[in-house]
Amino acid sequence: MDYVLNLVLIIITAIFVNNVVLAQFLGICPFLGVSKKVDTASGMGMAVTAVLLVATIVTFCIQKFVLEALGLEYLQTIAFILVIAALVQMIEIFLKKTMPALYQALGVFLPLITTNCCILGVAILVIQKNYDLLEGVIYAVGTGLGFLLAMVLFAGLREQLAMSRVPKAFEGTPIALVTASLLAMAFMGFSGVDGDLKVVFGL
Amino acid sequence: MNYFKIIINGIVKENPTFVLLLGMCPTLGTTSSALNGMMMGLATMCVLIVSNFLISLVKKLVPDMVRIPSYIVIIASLVTMLQMCIKAYAPEIDKSLGLFIPLIVVNCIILGRAESFAAKNNPLASIFDGIGIGLGFTCGLTILGSVREILGTGSIFGFNVYSENYGMLLFVLAPGAFLALGYLIAIFNKLKKA
Amino acid sequence: MEKLKSSLTNMLAVLTVIAVIAGGALAMVNSVTAPQIEKINAKNLADGIKAVMGSDDVQVAEPVEIEGYTSYKVSDAQGNALGCAVTSSTNGFGGDLKVLVGFDNEGNILGYTILQTSETPGLGAKADSWFQKGQKGDIIGMNPGKGNFTVSKDGGDVDAITASTITSRAFLLAVKNAYDNVIAAQMDGTSSASAQKKHCDKNEECGDCKEGCCGNECDKHEGCGDCKKACKDGGCNKKCDKLEAKCCEGMNK
Repeated sequence: MDYVLNLVLIIITAIFVNNVVLAQFLGICPFLGVSKKVDTASGMGMAVTAVLLVATIVTFCIQKFVLEALGLEYLQTIAFILVIAALVQMIEIFLKKTMPALYQALGVFLPLITTNCCILGVAILVIQKNYDLLEGVIYAVGTGLGFLLAMVLFAGLREQLAMSRVPKAFEGTPIALVTASLLAMAFMGFSGVDGDLKVVFGL
Repeated sequence: MNYFKIIINGIVKENPTFVLLLGMCPTLGTTSSALNGMMMGLATMCVLIVSNFLISLVKKLVPDMVRIPSYIVIIASLVTMLQMCIKAYAPEIDKSLGLFIPLIVVNCIILGRAESFAAKNNPLASIFDGIGIGLGFTCGLTILGSVREILGTGSIFGFNVYSENYGMLLFVLAPGAFLALGYLIAIFNKLKKA
Repeated sequence: MEKLKSSLTNMLAVLTVIAVIAGGALAMVNSVTAPQIEKINAKNLADGIKAVMGSDDVQVAEPVEIEGYTSYKVSDAQGNALGCAVTSSTNGFGGDLKVLVGFDNEGNILGYTILQTSETPGLGAKADSWFQKGQKGDIIGMNPGKGNFTVSKDGGDVDAITASTITSRAFLLAVKNAYDNVIAAQMDGTSSASAQKKHCDKNEECGDCKEGCCGNECDKHEGCGDCKKACKDGGCNKKCDKLEAKCCEGMNK
């Protein structure tokens, strides 16, 4: 029971308290780059969640069964980034062949994901935090959902923003950053919730 | 090719932080103080200079189709070496930058410069491009870090300027990172036009 | 020189060569830095333990893992036990907060140091000095087992870091957890051996007066030592309070 509650805590913390974009600053590039429209933003968010899930499972296995077994922990970064790049390629080919509809929706975002640092970041964090495989998977899904949430909220704000008049120097990225700041401020309201939940759950 | 021009180009015209808007994750994530920002900038610069040099050396030997994976392997090895050296000889830096050191691998600046400059120019020019862009990135991070530190805690590089009690803690926290960068880019835009 | 064509052999050859060179270079750098990193980690721990125990001349025993807490028994150069240094971690403000706390033999805090924190500089990072001796939130010398070891906002005895209650709570919780899980448990263990037990948690066994209540386990009830005699005389004396009825029952049979 404690284990299940722990998983719930991990996922809530990953989505709200330590939101990957707004609190941890991972995956900022797509957050600023592909957030002009809600539907593209949600597409990107879902693609990232999917890749995060698969990449975390694979990198976890590589770490435990290859790197640690052979004492090659120092190759972690190099191995992980290659695995992620290869995975993204494979997912792209696989989707193209088997699920053309989904590929249509997510395909354009896939090549961009390799350089999304939240994938590599989560893969390394799962190892650093000493999670087991299930915890790692839950953490990855939570992080992905947190990314999706931030993307969709931010894109909604930017759609409204596009219709407003902004001082010339602020046009484009600067005003987007100021908006992101307000969103991050809203998410600060969740800080400390994880500690309280821990007490409520009796962990 | 005027090497001085390449360096100035990296600092002003193609400033990665304020103009190209590349490498935003470390820019926002590590600039809670001026020193942290500068350390991150210097670490990235080291990798950038060496990777630019190596890639422009081997550019003719790498077939086009495996270009990207080869570059990634080179960059990732350099980053790992840097990470080991920092852990061994400067553990304090490792403590404050943490996860963002291995994440230099996915910093778009490095792969971006490899593709757009090092793969087309000679090794010497590539080194200077690395220095220029690296300095531009370091400046950007140091400025952002200074602004956040001074507004947030009343000090700069750890030296107290005014009482900490009047600092706006917001600037040290996540929202302040976005806010400060937004305003800095706006100011940079304004200056560029003037 | 012509650029190499993207033929399969070329691509495989180039990738293999790059991978081998990269792997070799990494292995080389690793062999140089790994011992250094180990040395630094060991030194950090040793320095941390010295700092939290408030003594430079210490011997540290092998660490003991107790329910996720690592405890180092520390004694001075002559081998007299000084107490324990314990690592403990909790959720802070945006990440884990890991502390090393030193306790003396009575469970009073000798010192602490923050081992790892993802706290924001200028905010939670202040915990490094805030709770030290002579500072506003001084916890040195306090005993987490006595009094109310929480921030004043929660009705406790410790002043929280200004505008950083969450971090302060997390910090105090980490210290308290270390105390509850390691130090308190240890004191229970050592005291039963040295016959200084403060409470009698095997009261149910008092039926067996001779072994349970009147033995070493129950010496807070000083009267218990005389229990046998008292019972024979017709009743336990008052100091033996709750135990006496059962105690004497057993005896009188």
